[in-house]
Amino acid sequence: MKFAVVVFPGSNCDHDAYHAAKDVLGQDAEFVWHKDAELRGADVVILPGGFSHGDYLRTGAIARFSPVMNAVRAFAAAGGPVLGICNGFQILLEAGMLPGAMLRNRELKFRCEHVHIRVEQIDTPFTFACRPQQVLRIPIAHGEGNYFITPDDLHRLETNRQVIFRYTDAAGSPADEANPNGSLGSIAGICNEGRNVLGLMPHPERACEAVLGSTDGLVIFESVVAALAAGALSPAGSAQG
Amino acid sequence: MRARVFVTLKPSVFDPQGKTIADALHTLGYAGVNDVRQGKYFELELATGSSDQARAMASEVADKLLANPVIESYRIEIDGASQPHDILKK
Repeated sequence: MKFAVVVFPGSNCDHDAYHAAKDVLGQDAEFVWHKDAELRGADVVILPGGFSHGDYLRTGAIARFSPVMNAVRAFAAAGGPVLGICNGFQILLEAGMLPGAMLRNRELKFRCEHVHIRVEQIDTPFTFACRPQQVLRIPIAHGEGNYFITPDDLHRLETNRQVIFRYTDAAGSPADEANPNGSLGSIAGICNEGRNVLGLMPHPERACEAVLGSTDGLVIFESVVAALAAGALSPAGSAQG
Repeated sequence: MRARVFVTLKPSVFDPQGKTIADALHTLGYAGVNDVRQGKYFELELATGSSDQARAMASEVADKLLANPVIESYRIEIDGASQPHDILKK
């Protein structure tokens, strides 16, 4: 199984994602430069964290116009699993591949710490191997993770069960104090209507080995490997794009 | 021709930076400042002599890139078209 890790100018978690896929999971992995027009037969695409294009204008606003995004869009339209982590999530929002937008964190602080997130839905390729309501301890590192969406769209998101991760306390309760950035509905991650494109602010790739303080992020990567192996991807069911 | 584009968060969107600036002004004693909204300002130098074309072009790039329609709205001024002395006379 092959992971493509897209590298934008200013990506800085690309090597972490590559390491998680290649060295920890033992899968094939390849970097894809943002100016490349194709994904070289990847089965999974990761848009990594970082500060693409220096976060100029808005986070992810420039990266969405990179040539590789046409290929990512086509890959996603064919049902291929796409994971956006932190800045990757912000890029997916700006690209319109996920609904909503990011605002500056409620307290205007860059938050860099471990948080707890609860898995809300397990019928996505990236939560396939999770237990329902499983609480994961995973680090965040962002200044603009304050998820915003209009009330109508939030209602649609909840009705469609597109909220995949919420910030909670260690016991899995979404208390306001456990919300590090002011996100609406304590939302930490969402998927698209097809459920194959997922974005989240926390960094699972930084929580894949005990030496890093947590291995809770591993299940996200294991999930997509298991989902692809089981042919469980919907709606297209085929991610050979 | 020059177009000026003002991008601001929509009124329904909380502006943490504006709120912080307002709080700072209150700390400085400016109790009369009721609210602050922070935004972005762009000057576009456009290769056209027509203010209609300039406005259309500025509007297109604002829609495509300068503003995120989920959270932001924008206002356009064309130099020499509307209130030309607006800024110069200050």
